[in-house]
This record gives sequence, C-alpha cells and structure tokens, in this order.
Amino acid sequence: MRLELRPRLYVSPARSALSTAASVVVALVLGGLLLWAAGVDPLAAYRAIFDASLLGGAYALSDTTVKTIPLLLCGLGCALAFRARLWNVGAEGQLLLGAWAATGVASFWLPAASLPSPLVLLLMGIAAVVAGALWAGIAGALRAHLEVNEIISTLMLVYVAQKLINYFVFGAWSEGGFPLTPLFPESAHLPRLADWAERFPSLSGLTAHLGIVVGLLACGLVWLLLKRSVWGFELRVLGDSPPAARYIGLSVPRRMLATMLISGGLAGLAGMLEVAGVVHRLQDRFSPGYGFVAIAVAWLGRLNPWGVLLGAFLFAALLVGAKEVQPGGISMMLQGVVMLTVVAGDFLLRYEVRRLEERTGA
Amino acid sequence: MLRFVENLIAAGVARGTPLLFATLGEVFAERAGVLNLGVEGMMLLGAASGFGVAHLSGSAALGLLCAMGAAALLALVHAGVTVSLAGDQVVSGLGLGFFGGGLASVLGADLVGLADVPRLPTLELGGLSRVPLLGPVVFSQNLVVYLGFALLPLAWLYLFRTRWGLRLRAVGESPAAADALGIGVARMRYAHVALGGALAGLAGASLSLAVTPGWVDGMTAGQGWIAVGLVIFGGWNPLRAALGAYLFGAIRRLPLDLQGVQSLPLFRNPNLGYFLDMLPYLFTIGVLVFAGATRRRARAGRPARAGAPAALGQPFIRGERGR
Amino acid sequence: MSGEADTPKVRLRGLSKRFGELLAVDAADLELRGREIHALLGENGAGKSTLMSMLAGLYRPDGGTIEVDGRRCSFQSPRDAMAASVGMVHQHFMLVPTLTVWENVLLGAERLPWVVRPGQAALEVQRAADDLGLRVDARALVSDLGVGEQQRVEILRVLMRGARVMILDEPTAVLSPGESEALFVTLRALCEQGCALVLISHKLEEVRRLAHRVTVMRRGRVVGSFDAPRAVTAEDLAAAMVGREVSLELQREVPALGDVRLGLSRLQVRSDRGLAAVNDLSLEVRGGELVGLAGVAGNGQVELMEAVAGLRRAEAGEVLLCGAAATRLSARQRIALGLRYVPEDRTHTGTAPSLSVLENLALRRYRDRGRWLRLAPLEAHCRRQIERLNIATSGPDQAARLLSGGNLQKLVLARELEPERARVILALHPTRGLDARATAQVRQLLLDARGDGAAILLWSEDLDEVLALSDRVAVMHAGRIVRVVRHGEADLATIGRWMTGGDPAPEAGHAT
Repeated sequence: MRLELRPRLYVSPARSALSTAASVVVALVLGGLLLWAAGVDPLAAYRAIFDASLLGGAYALSDTTVKTIPLLLCGLGCALAFRARLWNVGAEGQLLLGAWAATGVASFWLPAASLPSPLVLLLMGIAAVVAGALWAGIAGALRAHLEVNEIISTLMLVYVAQKLINYFVFGAWSEGGFPLTPLFPESAHLPRLADWAERFPSLSGLTAHLGIVVGLLACGLVWLLLKRSVWGFELRVLGDSPPAARYIGLSVPRRMLATMLISGGLAGLAGMLEVAGVVHRLQDRFSPGYGFVAIAVAWLGRLNPWGVLLGAFLFAALLVGAKEVQPGGISMMLQGVVMLTVVAGDFLLRYEVRRLEERTGA
Repeated sequence: MLRFVENLIAAGVARGTPLLFATLGEVFAERAGVLNLGVEGMMLLGAASGFGVAHLSGSAALGLLCAMGAAALLALVHAGVTVSLAGDQVVSGLGLGFFGGGLASVLGADLVGLADVPRLPTLELGGLSRVPLLGPVVFSQNLVVYLGFALLPLAWLYLFRTRWGLRLRAVGESPAAADALGIGVARMRYAHVALGGALAGLAGASLSLAVTPGWVDGMTAGQGWIAVGLVIFGGWNPLRAALGAYLFGAIRRLPLDLQGVQSLPLFRNPNLGYFLDMLPYLFTIGVLVFAGATRRRARAGRPARAGAPAALGQPFIRGERGR
Repeated sequence: MSGEADTPKVRLRGLSKRFGELLAVDAADLELRGREIHALLGENGAGKSTLMSMLAGLYRPDGGTIEVDGRRCSFQSPRDAMAASVGMVHQHFMLVPTLTVWENVLLGAERLPWVVRPGQAALEVQRAADDLGLRVDARALVSDLGVGEQQRVEILRVLMRGARVMILDEPTAVLSPGESEALFVTLRALCEQGCALVLISHKLEEVRRLAHRVTVMRRGRVVGSFDAPRAVTAEDLAAAMVGREVSLELQREVPALGDVRLGLSRLQVRSDRGLAAVNDLSLEVRGGELVGLAGVAGNGQVELMEAVAGLRRAEAGEVLLCGAAATRLSARQRIALGLRYVPEDRTHTGTAPSLSVLENLALRRYRDRGRWLRLAPLEAHCRRQIERLNIATSGPDQAARLLSGGNLQKLVLARELEPERARVILALHPTRGLDARATAQVRQLLLDARGDGAAILLWSEDLDEVLALSDRVAVMHAGRIVRVVRHGEADLATIGRWMTGGDPAPEAGHAT
C-alpha cells in the first residue's frame, strides 16, 4: 500500500480551528498517559487541575486570569515575530528586562512614591516596553544586519538577563540580603479586585489585576495591526517570502528590526505587569518561564491574536493546576506534547493522504 | 602561571567534551538538512536517565548507553514529525526540548543530591601524565574525554572520506538531486537525526557521570543551545566545531579560576560572579557574529563551502509536482 | 544515418500516468533503437517529460509496460533504471553545487567504495571524461561551472553508470547557440558509439536538424511519428504538436515611438560575488518600444534588471526613468514613477505563495488608501482580471502557491501590466516553463502593453522569443551592450556569435 501526498487546495479557518482543538485533545490524552506512567491517576489529576484553575469558583478563575496576563502578552509578541519568520524564543529574557526596568522606576526613582499612581504605572510601563524592546532589538539588529541566527541570540540573551536580574536581586537592590527588592510604593501597585473588598466583600482575596485590561487591549491592537493595517500586510508578505518583500520595495532588515522591537516590547510589558500586579517587587524566580510557555501558546493560537488569548488561558489553567500535580516537570512535558501534536496535526491540514491503487501490469 | 594555564586547558578540554558530543551530533543532523533544536532537552534527558540507570544498576557504562538510547528515541520522534510528516522543524525541536527537559526533571526528581553513584573512570596514562602542559591535558582525563578525542577524527573521516558521508552531504545540500540519484533521503535523515540525539544523550551523560558529576535540575545550563551555535561557528565542520567546544569549555571554567585570583582588586568584588557567569552566553553571540562576518566575506570569494547545508530546515517531499 | 538494430532497444506500450485529476500520459507507445537519436516533440505540458521520467524510474506508471532489450522491466527508482542501462539528463541538473565534479559523478555510481580517496577518484573521473570526449575538469566545484559544462557533468555521470539509453530533457534550453552546437557534436558522437538517445524538446528546428526519428505528443498522447524529420516541414510538425493549423508568424504592428522612458548611461553594477556584472552599459528604451536583450545567462542581465528596478545598487552610472533621475531612488519610488518588473522567479519573488490571489494582485496597490488596508474594493477588479486573462483559479481567495506556472505568471502580468500605470516594464523570462497557449497569451499581453505605449525591456533565454517580439535587439556580453540591431536585421547565428563575444563591433561598448 503506497500513500500519496497531495497539497490541500484550500484550508478553511473552521477546519484549522477544529484541527487545533483536536490536537489539544490528543495532547491531553497523551499527557494522561504520561501521568499514568508516572504513577499518578490521570483522571484524578486532571480533575484536580480543572478544579484549581477553572471550576473551583471565583478563586480559580482569578488565579487563572493572573497567569493568563503574562502568557497573553508574551504570546502576542511571539506570534507577531513568528509571523515574520523571526523565531523570538527569548521572550523570557525580554520579560525579565521589562520587570527590571519597571522596578527601577518604581523603587529607585525618587519621585515615584509621591506621584499619582496612574502616572507612575504609565512610566513603569513605558520603561518596561523600552527595555524589552531594546533587549529583543539586539537580537533583531544582529539578525537583520549580520545574519546572526536569532534563535540562539535571543536565547543567549535570556541567560544573560537571568544573570543580570540575579545581580540586582541578590546584590545591588537586595533587601536585607534576601533575594528580593524592597516592596514597591503604593503608587506602583496595579489595582486588583481584592482592593475593592470593602465595598464588595465577595471580591476579597481575588488577585486578578488590571493587567488583564491591558492584555485585552494589546490583543485588540495587535489584531488591528495584523488584519487591517498596511504594516501588518507587509509583515505577512515578509514572513511568507522575504524575496517578495524586497521585490515590493520593503527594506527587509528594517522590518525585521521593527518586528523584534515590538515583540520584545510586548514581552517587556508582561514583565512589568507581573511585578506591579502580583508580587509588587522584583524577586528571584518570579516567572515560572512565562516567556517559554508563550512560544507554545503562540503556536497553539496559530499566530492569531484571539487564538493566542485562548491558548494563554488554557496554558494558564495548566500552570495553575500543575501545582496540584506531582512531580513538577509534568507541565513542561505537557507543553512539549501540545507543541508536537499541533505541528504533527498541521500535516493533516496541509496535505491530503490518498492511497495509491496498486498498478495493474498489462 | 604554568599551573594556571595547565589547569585551565585541562579543565577546558574536560568541560568542553559534553559540548563536543552535542555539537558533533547536531552537525550530523544539520548536514542531513534537519535542524534539531531539542538538543538541550535531549542532553538533560541523557544526564538524568544516565545518572538514574547508573544508580539503579551500579554500572556507569550502562547508564551511558541508556542515556544515548533514550535521547535517540526522542530524536526519532523529531525525525518522524519533520521528515515523514513534513512538520516545522523549529517548533518540533522546541517542543521536544521542552518535553525532554520536563521528562528529565521528572526522572531526576529523586536523584538530586545522590552522592555515591558510580562514575566513569578517570584514566591516568602512567608517566605521560607528568609531562608539563600536555600531560594533564591529554593523558590524565576522564574516559569520556578520550572518547571525545577518538570521536573527533572519526567524525571528520566519516563526513569527508566515506561514501555515507558523501551521500549525507548531498542530502543536506540538494535532497532532490540526492533522491534522483537513488539516495534514500528520508532514511538518511532519520538515521542522522537519531545519531545526533544519541550523541546529545552521550553529552548529557558525560556531564552527570563524569564532568560535573551528579544530577541537578537544569544542569546543562544552556549548553545544548551553545552547541547549536557552535555548529554555525564551526561551519558545519567537525574539526572547527571541536575547536569551538574546547574553547568554550575553557571559557566556562574561566570564571571559577578568575575568582580565585586575588591580585586584582576587580576580581575581589563579590558581585563579579554574576557578570562572569554571563561570559559563555555573550561569547556565543560573539562567535555567531564572527561566523556571520566571515561568511559574508567568504561569499564574495568562494561562496560554496562556507555556508549552511542548502536544504537545512526545509522538508523534502518526493514527487511533488514542481511548478 | 539510420538505426541499425532489428529489435528495438526500448519498447514502451500503453504507458499511462495520472497526477490527481490530471492524466499526464495517456496510453503512450514508443520505440527506441540503438545508434539513433529519437526526438520527443511537444508543447510544454504535453507529457514528454513525464513519459520519459517513467522510463527513467522517477515515476511509477499507472498502466502499461516497459521493455528494455526484450525484457519486461519494472523500475522502483532511478537506480533500477540505471541497472537496465537507462539514464536521464534532466533539464534542471541534479547536481550538488557545493561538491566537486568528481564527487557528483561518484554519487551517481552504482557502488561507491567505502572509503573515498579524493585524489584517486578525481583521476578516474577525469580519465573517463577524456575517454568519452567530454570537456570537464574533474576537480572543479560544480557551482563554479558554467551551464554548458554542468550539463557535460550530468552526461558524464549518466554514461559512467553504463547507460546505453540516454534521455536528455530540453538540453538546449539553457545553452547559447554555440554551446548547443557543441552539444550536438557530442550527441552525434555518442550515437555513433551505439547509444540510443532521446531528445525531449519543443524546438522544431533543433529536432529537424538533429533527430533520426520524431515522435510528437499532445495532451499526454502520442499523435504522430515521423521517420525522417528533415523531410517534414516545420509547419507540419507544429500542426501535429498543436493539433491545428499553425501560423508561425507573430502579428506585430509597426511601433509608434514615444519619448525615452528608460535611459541607462554607463551603468556599473556588481554581482553578489563582488565582480563587475554590468560594465559600462548604456541603453535607451522609448515608449511603445520593446527592446530585447540577447545574451548567454550570466552576462549581467539579472543584475541589470535588478539595478534598474532599484533592488540592487549601481556602483556608477545613471538611470533615467520617465524623465526623472532615478539612480538614487528606492524601489518604491521607482514603482511610483511607473516602473513595473516581471521577475524571473514567479513563485517566491513575483508572488507571495501563501497570500491569496487578490492579495497578490494588490501588491502594487495596497498602499493606495493610506495606512489602513482595504482590499475589498479591489475584488471586482480581481475577478475581471481573472476573467480577462483566463487565470485558472478557484477564486480571489485561493492561495497563490496552488496556481500552476502559467496561471501564476498571468497573475503577475495582470498586476504588472496595468495599462495606465505601467510606463516602463522589465520582463525576465516571462514564458519560461509555460505551455504553448499560455506562452502565446503572455507574449500577446506584452505586445499589447507595448501598443499601449509602455517601454519594455525584455530578457528571455528563448532567443527565438526575443527575436520575434523585439523592435530592437540589444546583444549583451560581459556586462555591456555590444550590438544593437533592428527587428529582422540579423539572424540567429550572427546574434549567437555576438552573444559569445565574436565579431566585436568597431565602436564596442556604447549603443543606443
């Protein structure tokens, strides 16, 4: 029996979404097998995961929302870069730099404590975006002008960023020798649902913060950019075929750089929202690898902003629930499985597999 | 002073050996046209599984073999997705890397801090090891280092002096031509991706059973990624790649040695450590910049041999009607 | 000379091949004899290459039988075909550019030694080449070789495997007239030695000159066989190819010349390798005029076109576009002045493969409405173009990569040849790989644009095409224009000589 591959003539968005959903289901099934092999009851584990993240009432949803925010923003940044065939896998580093810059503004810029909160937060946001953008921009410039492989350069910069943060958190900015910086002044705290607990007692203890609004706004803006703007169209051409982009008069190096800057800026913003909304200081390991998970999120969302939103939510749920599951590395394995099933599933989207009839010799 | 240099080079060679294995493995995979970005995860898997098997079985050698097998299996999945299913090589590699890393973490959860796990032996070649400079470097090393010394010329000979190496190079440059000549492109790709995985596993096991030794979650600290960079630096040539690997081994060692140097006030700053830790990663970037610059200059002259295998990263589908 | 052997060396009976819905070859019969050059003639898409690919083991037939030397054969791969001494030299060479000649030849060998010894291997290959009378340097890197030499490497490889039946797929497509002559000499010599040669071609004159027998294919079927092609007129052969009466004359009106739309003055452009590709080149093209470049590939044509289009920097010299000094202008600015460019690569440069037909059509117009993208108004226009140019597509939403070569090219032309906007058109190999009908359409479109007053600069490897379409032919050699002649002033042979540097003109270097 011989198989023949034929490229599919047209793939409807519906089919694509269905295929993605199916891939996720397959991934979860495979994940269940893994859990079973690890000696954990898969059904109980998944139950626990879903309870903790989605079904357990307001707390669960709030926790999941908190984790969705950085995944969403980093995911948007990754998706944008991937569309231009720029493999920005260093979102984690850009996130760290953004957090660092925001911390610098919040804790070490003297006027910060006395200025009104919206202004401080805005300045922190700007600093974070700039820091993240520049961090990604290094890799972008190296790729655009020196053809340095951006996968490696962005990744190396993640390690450098981690060491840099370590220096500040353990050393220069450390409070009392502990691996954390001083608590931010009130003006640098992102409002969270729990802040209104006096007025609405049901909101007490809910840590979901304003970052979600920022995230959703960013989602909409990215969508607008990609679908409706000339720049987004040109990005698509660039990602599809760099020779065609040159042919229509685009400067490929400049576009690459610009894309990396935006991508890094989004990740940097994610970092700021994490430190301003969740921990209110810069501390060791405040990110469980959001920037890396975001790669899977972007891919799962098919590089489409709303898909990324859904993917971010799903992975956030997994991250929240993962605390319920031992041993620890399972969530990372699951990430990998999801990426693999989506890539493998792509095959069925792009090609039709037909069976060749055996040739009849005359 | 001589001591310092001796130690540095000897340690560099030792620390560079895992990098060497990983880099050589990736050279083979990429020469076949397949980019494998899961090297880091495969190394971690090799390290954890090798350590674990050595602990359970009491034999470090068995651990080594199992490490290679486990990583090769993972690599076969990558080959399946990218060769047979024509999937995107970047995402597949990254996904497998995550998977391997997570799996290593799970397997190694109970292995952290275990001390009395059998290791691979260090061999001192008698009188030769007392020769200044060369002695400690070449004649007084761990078994894996000797393995590396042996593998290096073998890899070069394979690639440039055997018929399989010739076919491999053809497959990576022009799979269509190779296919028309009757070379099984898919088979070559599967085989060399698996080989790359096995070598990555070997690299990881060398870490946990010889160089470091022990198991800590994430102990490869990005060496898998450095290996991918070294392939580019080495121009997809085993010898140049080896040079890079040993150089890097020395660089990773350098911070430790420098921190002990009390003479310069700079070196006494306790915070220096953080910045010295950045060195290997910054160097990798530097190395890539250098490689890119040389490639541009080479393009002006003889473009042919200086670059990546032309078909790297592209799936090959036989019999697709070209347009 | 006619074939000697009594029994045919190769007999194909009722061979068929289907690709999806397309029946590429339909019950074809063919006989090949030793010491004979057998031409397989037909338009692009007639099935010639597919038929021969089945004989060469690249495709598995869906029906019919193959007999070699009286034995039934079933080839699973090119290797099996080689074992039956059938080899194929492809139009797109199956050579690995980064390897040397001897390495490439060795790759094709039946059994490679385990250990490869460069010195020895190179010597063996060189000796074999010399024995067969093929001029090749065994140690050279394939990417350093010219096209003619690369072809000789392919032939060498096939012969060293012991091929007695050799199929050549459009061998002269990439050769200059001089190189083609050299090839014919080689082929006749090989024929003398006993080989059965198959020449796949769509060039009537070539077939008539070289072949002992001709088989004509049309739409996958064998429609005729002629024993002495020289006795048959070109018109008869063409009629068999196309299926109806064919006039080989193109309708051209006398041009009504406008002012100079494209002025190139002492242009210097470097190639990717840093060498001077365009060397002190001057040329003028007026509105309503089609100037064709005649030249062997690699003499700076591509670099010239890219420099004019703004995609490559000119080291020196001036470019004048519609009266404006354009040397310093970017590609985009030149597009705004009315420059259009039909590139050599229609699949990845001329179109973005994953983008839809509509989006590709809009590639010159998408910025018209400012920062926000609004393609919907262009949809009606898109449908009209699809209709007018007969582009076979499921609609404006289909991804460009799914269009066949001819239709893709028509899409590119629909975009580039817009009547009022296209004032200067650069066209590179516009009919490469297209079947006769699409070719005729494309040529007519170019002539129509010329009739509308556009200035066209054309370069095509098909010299016949250049001669047929051009008002003036500018012969390009070593980066400069060596001669310019008007339509009909010089014949193929003369131009061929000029193309390879012969007969230098008294005032060589500058031409209007």
